[in-house]
Amino acid sequence: MDAFLVLTVAAIALGALGVALFFWTLKSGQYDDLDGAAERILIDDEQD
Amino acid sequence: MTAATFTQALDIDPAPFVRRDARGVSRLELAVKGMRCAGCMAKIERGVAALPGVEDAHVNLSTAKLSVRWSEGRTTASAIVARVNELGFQAFPYDPNSLIRHDEEEGRFLLRCLAVAGFAASNVMFLSISIWSDLDGEMGEGTRALLHWISGLIAVPAALYAGRPFFRSALTSLAAGRANMDVPITLGILLALGLSIVEALQGGRHAYFDAAVSLPFLLLIGRYLDHLLRRKARTTALDLAAMQTVTATRIGADGRTAPVAARDIAPGDRLLLAAGDRTPVDVLVEAGESEVDVSLVTGESAPVPIKGGEVLCAGSIVLGQPLTVRATALVQDSLVAEMARMLEAGQQSRGRYVRWADRAAALYVPTVHGLALAVLVGGLIAGQDIGIALTNAIALLIITCPCALGLAVPAVQIVATSRLFRAGLLVKSGDALERLAEADTVVFDKTGTLTFGRPVLTNPGEIAASDLALAASLARASKHPLSRALAVAAGPGGVSEGTQETPGEGLEARVVGVVVRLGRAEWVGAAHAPNSNASHLWLRKDTQAPIRFDFEDRLRPDAAEAVVALHALGLNVEMLSGDRVAPAQLIAGQAGIAEWHAANDPKQKAEYMERLRVQGRRVLMIGDGLNDAAALALAHVSMSPATAAHASQSAADIVIQSETLAPIAEAVAAARAARRLVFQNFAFAAVYNAFALPLAAFGQVTPLIAAVAMSASSLIVMLNALRLSRRG
Repeated sequence: MDAFLVLTVAAIALGALGVALFFWTLKSGQYDDLDGAAERILIDDEQD
Repeated sequence: MTAATFTQALDIDPAPFVRRDARGVSRLELAVKGMRCAGCMAKIERGVAALPGVEDAHVNLSTAKLSVRWSEGRTTASAIVARVNELGFQAFPYDPNSLIRHDEEEGRFLLRCLAVAGFAASNVMFLSISIWSDLDGEMGEGTRALLHWISGLIAVPAALYAGRPFFRSALTSLAAGRANMDVPITLGILLALGLSIVEALQGGRHAYFDAAVSLPFLLLIGRYLDHLLRRKARTTALDLAAMQTVTATRIGADGRTAPVAARDIAPGDRLLLAAGDRTPVDVLVEAGESEVDVSLVTGESAPVPIKGGEVLCAGSIVLGQPLTVRATALVQDSLVAEMARMLEAGQQSRGRYVRWADRAAALYVPTVHGLALAVLVGGLIAGQDIGIALTNAIALLIITCPCALGLAVPAVQIVATSRLFRAGLLVKSGDALERLAEADTVVFDKTGTLTFGRPVLTNPGEIAASDLALAASLARASKHPLSRALAVAAGPGGVSEGTQETPGEGLEARVVGVVVRLGRAEWVGAAHAPNSNASHLWLRKDTQAPIRFDFEDRLRPDAAEAVVALHALGLNVEMLSGDRVAPAQLIAGQAGIAEWHAANDPKQKAEYMERLRVQGRRVLMIGDGLNDAAALALAHVSMSPATAAHASQSAADIVIQSETLAPIAEAVAAARAARRLVFQNFAFAAVYNAFALPLAAFGQVTPLIAAVAMSASSLIVMLNALRLSRRG
């Protein structure tokens, strides 16, 4: 029973962490320009 | 919209759109046309960042926006716009509208709700499955109660959080005295929570915590997709608005000129309108004599002469000599604004349209709620315990909760609109498709809709290639619509050096020692033209006989075909034009439209729409000019081409993004297919409920049955909707 409780709490905590991280990514504007993000990896860094 | 409007948009002074903060940092947002890939993004960001004083230049590809921050005074807004244009793109100052902000906020809100609902649904489902797996009752009551409590701890806050979009909509709807689909959804969620809490408190077997969270989860998927679609349509419309933002040149008391935003113009202000400028408000001409393009106002494609003492309506474009004018009205009181008000009135009348889902809800809500009440009362009369009778009634409400019904319409509409998007049609709302499926009459505007809305050279066969090339080498130096048409007809080439333009008259250059003139008949000293429908340019080399170039607005090449396709779908096709009778008759004949009306001003067009409506006709109006805006708003459903005036695009339900008219018939066919699928989905939901109701009424529904039934029905409805994307 202890194992069950620990696992349940751990699973929910991990899930909640996932939701919190998702909220953070949403807030920091990571979904604002999905097309642009896909293209940006193709931009070469400036040669200094 | 004519070519001239477009040119004018490029010349907007962006200075009034700059926002400054206290630290001396200026910000400007620009809508950029022509961005496609990583290369474009890098080019623009680096190009603009290289300007002196620019702190940050960031491109958003999804919304096609560039935001720039720079320190005050080191560079100017127009330098930034000029740099973007130099790089081969078109930048337009953009007023970051509160509408867009609101839209983004709404999208994030839905995503947050969706995330919470998804998290809760999956976790509660794990717990629920372990309860359901206990078929022979091995699980102790304590264990089950514990699992229920954990489920409840997750589900109650999650459902209350994620259900908010439904709660809000249900409250708004109830406040207006109606019951939309969100009312039974809200009731379903709240009752599932309430019943489950009571069960958990009493240590009972059946808690519906999983239903309380999977219900909003499934429905939020549909709702978020619907939101994405609307946002895409709306940003496109706003971009076009940005391109048409108007500024003007005001002449101050000291005689100096300065740019001013249209909204800041006061009656009595003196303005200078140069060639290519759009009249921002209604004005009285004080000095100057010129020609104006009034196609945006009346739909007439030929330029109209104007002189001192005459009144010029907002939206007209000056083609010839500059005019000094005095403003007679504020922007909000000008003709354009009056049209906007007519437009609003039309939209209100359309607001009375009842969407399919709401029609289904109007049947569904009283039926199901009545049955639930009957189960409760019937159970009590039959001598059931009040707890059991109540549980049965609530179970009935949960299992019939319109998951399938709530998904039936948006799922079909999203598939249909994305299919139409690939065909080049932007559908602004789901109910536009519903109304399109019901249309029985199509009314076309002429200029800019059936035709290109810009002059095309009609007699290239009569002109020697060398003369055409010579004329074009002068014409490329001018922005006059006829010059541009000539340049288009001649194809790419150079400009004759030293070409001088006399606005309203013509162009002159010295080519290999010979004076060449291109312009109106008087300019080259030619006799007037015989053909009154066409516009003309004349070319004269030195003292040789002048050569005439004829220009006319042309029918789009697939117009006749599109009309035939619409007839084949059983629609009546008519044409309603603001232009004179002769050109209207010509175009109607070429397009194969038997019923046409000419010389209708905007009010008459709107009245005609109203007459058709009273006759019980469901009209699809297709138009582009400002003069069509009110008619577009009054029609049962409306479309406008992407080149249309902003007011028309915002009034239209569907924007045609390609240069062709063929997608119109395809849109009608797709809308009708969508209607068939929606009704199939409704029929399925009815059958499903016909099975679910008796089960619930006699207390046979367990949470397991509810979960399976709800997910299965949602899945079937979604799959049925996807069939639409495979056709055509």
